[in-house]
Amino acid sequence: MGESLAFHYEVDGGDFTSAGQASVKIKKNLRQLGVDAETIRRVSIAMYEGEINMVIHANGGNADVIVDDTGVTIILADKGPGIADTEKAMEEGYSTAPDNVRSLGFGAGMGLPNMKRYTDDMKIESVLGEGTTITMKVNF
Amino acid sequence: MKVSELAETEGFRAIALPEPGREIEGCYIGDLLSWVMGRAREGNAWVTIMSNINIAAVASLADVSCVILAEGVEPDAQVCETALAKGINLITAGLPAYEVAVKLSGMI
Ligand SMILES: Nc1ncnc2c1ncn2[C@@H]1O[C@H](COP(=O)(O)OP(=O)(O)OP(=O)(O)O)[C@@H](O)[C@H]1O
Ligand SMILES: [Mg+2]
Repeated sequence: MGESLAFHYEVDGGDFTSAGQASVKIKKNLRQLGVDAETIRRVSIAMYEGEINMVIHANGGNADVIVDDTGVTIILADKGPGIADTEKAMEEGYSTAPDNVRSLGFGAGMGLPNMKRYTDDMKIESVLGEGTTITMKVNF
Repeated sequence: MKVSELAETEGFRAIALPEPGREIEGCYIGDLLSWVMGRAREGNAWVTIMSNINIAAVASLADVSCVILAEGVEPDAQVCETALAKGINLITAGLPAYEVAVKLSGMI
């Protein structure tokens, strides 16, 4: 490739019917770029979990995906409530999801652990009352 | 076994079959979407009783070969359309998840 390519998506808050669209789009884009199937799967699953979290917990946000020679970087930034204890949030099973989204199948508390598992690098920056930025990288 | 063959098996009925030739490789049962996302393997048949629109994105990103709705569950109206558009095979079965898996294991 030699150069880097960037994709930007706006993620709507509170809209569960179209939630996950940015991830489905990035999957298509990466396929067109000829990225291998395993990398695409890891990127799109990690991004989906982050995207859904912005919809459920942060009233939406922005997703940026950068593809370069070394891999795929995903940056998810929201202006939601922030995460008080990021270590606790990373625990399997920890969830503050409300009942209405639990009835749709969300709220297992497995989203952040999945993001960690499917990426080579993950960083959470969160300030209470200001928002959360999660940066993930999947290496080629 | 191909998804189209499963759809013709007694007890199973196709709701959307845009990719009938996909091969079923193994099975994952679960209703909590992040578990499915994290644990289902590519090509698995995903057995669930969840029928809301969010199963479409999960099925597509986890790249399962088909979604099997157990217990005779029918999907929400919009789901069928989305499944067709996104290439997701959707099958309903009038059986509990356990019996779906037992049947599958004898066939794949
Ligand atoms: N972007 C975010 N803004 C604010 N809080 C968040 C954000 N992302 C995650 N959280 C907090 O971290 C918790 C754990 O997130 P995680 O994705 O692991 O589980 P979940 O979203 O509750 O359920 P699941 O992802 O399994 O459907 C959430 O319940 C929420 O309290
Ligand atoms: Mg989550």
